[in-house]
Amino acid sequence: MAAKAAALPSPKARRSLAPGLAIGISTLYLSVIVLLPLAALAWRAHGWDAITSEQAVSSLKLTVIASAIVALVNALAGTAIAWTLVRDRFLGQGVVNAIVDMPFALPTIVAGLTLLALYGPRSPVDVNVAFTRWAILLALLFVTLPFVVRTVQPVLLELDREMEDAAASLGANRLATFRRIVLPNILPAILSGVALAFARAVGEFGAVVLISGNLPFKTEVASVYVFGRIESGDPGGAAAASVVILAITFGVLLGIGGVRRWATRHDR
Amino acid sequence: MIEARGIVKRFGDFTALDGVSVDVPTGSLTALLGPSGSGKSTLLRVIAGLERPDEGQIILEGEDVTRVPPQSRGVGFVFQHYAAFKHMTVWENVAFGLRIRRRPRAEVKQRVTELLELVQLSRLGERYPAQLSGGQRQRMGLARALAVDPKVLLLDEPFGALDARVRKELRLWLRRLHDETHTTTVIVTHDQEEAMEVADRVVVMNSGCIEQTAPPRELYDNPANEFVMSFVGPVNRLGDAFIRPHDVELLLEPNGSTQEAMVERLVHLGFEVRVELVRDDGEHLSAQLTREQVEALELQRGQIVYVRPTRQTVFTGS
Amino acid sequence: MIGKYGLRFVSLGYLAVLLVAPVSYVFWKTFEHGFGPAWDAVTTPNAVHALKVTLILTAVAVPANTIFGILCALAIVRHRFPGAGIVNAVVDLPLALSPVVVGLALLLLYGREGWLGGHGVVFALPGMVLATIFVSLPFVVREVVPVLREIGTEQEQAAATLGASALQTFRRVTWPAIRWAVAYGVVLTTARALGEFGAVSVVSGRLAGETESLTLHVQDRYQSFDEVGAYAAAVVLALIAVATLILMTRLKPKEETQ
Repeated sequence: MAAKAAALPSPKARRSLAPGLAIGISTLYLSVIVLLPLAALAWRAHGWDAITSEQAVSSLKLTVIASAIVALVNALAGTAIAWTLVRDRFLGQGVVNAIVDMPFALPTIVAGLTLLALYGPRSPVDVNVAFTRWAILLALLFVTLPFVVRTVQPVLLELDREMEDAAASLGANRLATFRRIVLPNILPAILSGVALAFARAVGEFGAVVLISGNLPFKTEVASVYVFGRIESGDPGGAAAASVVILAITFGVLLGIGGVRRWATRHDR
Repeated sequence: MIEARGIVKRFGDFTALDGVSVDVPTGSLTALLGPSGSGKSTLLRVIAGLERPDEGQIILEGEDVTRVPPQSRGVGFVFQHYAAFKHMTVWENVAFGLRIRRRPRAEVKQRVTELLELVQLSRLGERYPAQLSGGQRQRMGLARALAVDPKVLLLDEPFGALDARVRKELRLWLRRLHDETHTTTVIVTHDQEEAMEVADRVVVMNSGCIEQTAPPRELYDNPANEFVMSFVGPVNRLGDAFIRPHDVELLLEPNGSTQEAMVERLVHLGFEVRVELVRDDGEHLSAQLTREQVEALELQRGQIVYVRPTRQTVFTGS
Repeated sequence: MIGKYGLRFVSLGYLAVLLVAPVSYVFWKTFEHGFGPAWDAVTTPNAVHALKVTLILTAVAVPANTIFGILCALAIVRHRFPGAGIVNAVVDLPLALSPVVVGLALLLLYGREGWLGGHGVVFALPGMVLATIFVSLPFVVREVVPVLREIGTEQEQAAATLGASALQTFRRVTWPAIRWAVAYGVVLTTARALGEFGAVSVVSGRLAGETESLTLHVQDRYQSFDEVGAYAAAVVLALIAVATLILMTRLKPKEETQ
């Protein structure tokens, strides 16, 4: 037995190629697919009027405000839905849980089409929001629905229920317990979801393009404006507008990230 | 005075409490002692109002509170894993109950300061629970529960998550605190040493029923049945008889009713020595002797000795 | 005060009105006059070609992003290197960018006046492939990274001390631990690739029968007042979405259900 063990050769010591290969391929892939095109975008962006024209400003304002409203509604609705999925118990809960992911699975153009069918000119329930700003809100709410739900759900699941028992034993009723105990602990998750929802809403195109009618100054969102600039043969201007949109998005995300860090200061 | 009458609590198929009735005298420190699954924590939570019993009543100071929610029962509850409000500072945790009751700022400040001093956390008021040790978190839990002047203090295995030395310190500290405040206190524990050391009365529970309720001394000296006797201290079993290790006498010569046994192992526990013996029929026994007694007998491994009980207990009936 | 039933009613009602009703209605409308018209609409040469285009885009993007995803996750988590943080952030970029902006960036890079221009990339399939890869890039990485972090390096180190090469370690130790995360990431990637609209719209020129994906075909039919055609194509995509949803539910890391 001992002789057999001694006969096993030890593996050749050699420097592993693997790390270098993984890092190299990843960075190359990312550079070619993502960074290079974005660099071209930044480089070719030019044309003040594309950004400062009334149409541009109007579309930008509309987009930011609509996205903010949608993010806020999601904060409420998303939390409510997450609560219902975690704390409640009813038949078909699993199916409801799966349905929440539908906006992730469904193509945006199809989403927009379904909303247009049910809440548009040919609506069977006599609700027609097509070509209005309500249409934009509706479409954005559709595509951003899962974000807050999915960020809040795991946190609610992990929440130490004994904290709520403790609060009850100290005299807090359900509302006070929610306000003082549950909410502060799920707030960071809500903020994360809100950030994701906002970023998604600002850039949304497919869901909005059919139902909003894309009327300049009325229902034209930023992404549609950029699309219009491209079609008009002004890619430089489109790029400039894109850069502004990106800057706004990142600014808001940084802001939300800061608030989030403040809300989790007790965890450090 | 806390009265529990005929409490039944089921979780699905499992019966946690099977018609339990117990009285806790005002001002006493009572321990609910038992193994896991005995129902002791469930009973505590029913008293607190954190669980609703399927049958039975809870009466606090003469008032039937069975349907009353925990907010309004005036009980203070301390949790095994602290249940600290991790997003609040120590100060805010302790102040919580007072703030909920909208007490004036000055009163809150005074009370919290007092309590933090009582539990020796005065300098840590601005810290977050995550920055405290287990023992500190539990002291905070106690201060928080005491802040609202509860009529009854309920502690659910409060020291279970702490290491042995901290556990012993806090145990002592809790007893002293009770001696000062005389708040009616109920503590749940699976540690018989803890129950015996800290409580005025111990309620021994098993599988949803109460086996015996008595002061620690009586529990030890006059256990009601085999379960209580084995739970409350180490015990040897010889046929129908139960014998405490310190009631096992060792002789060097046979004498009448003595039985022969061999010394298997000597375990030196400081002042005392546990002598592990084995009889020729394979039965194991342990005897507890002082160091002097062991030296006087010159006990060694492998030595043959003769044992007899100086006191034994036999339980008759079911 | 909204009781428990109130909250349940509000949540479920919100989902019903926003999601379930519109999608169900389109299903109903599509088959309102029977299976025949819908089938005819979806088997026109343009529709069939559009489906083929979509499948090609997906068939290229998903494997590419999967391999990249695994390598990138390994690079970020296991092989700490300067810039790992930046790589992590760049991977997340496609989630924050509007698809139109993505298409525009590709247009500017590969278009006639672009740095890499004039080689038949834009207004042709290659451009659409690049767009699809771009937008569906993050998913496998994001699913694998937390799993890699959680399982830790001890098992892999143990394998190394026992003589396993990097490839062997990956095959026998790492892969079994991450494969469900990869599967879930693949499902998300596929869903995103199939559903891509904005970026391919910009980059493809939308030439029906040539550079139209199925999503672009939906828009094309609707704007040509061919409702049946649009709904039928939408239903095809929605059916694929439902299948995706079922797979997602099965494969999802079990953190979200009680």
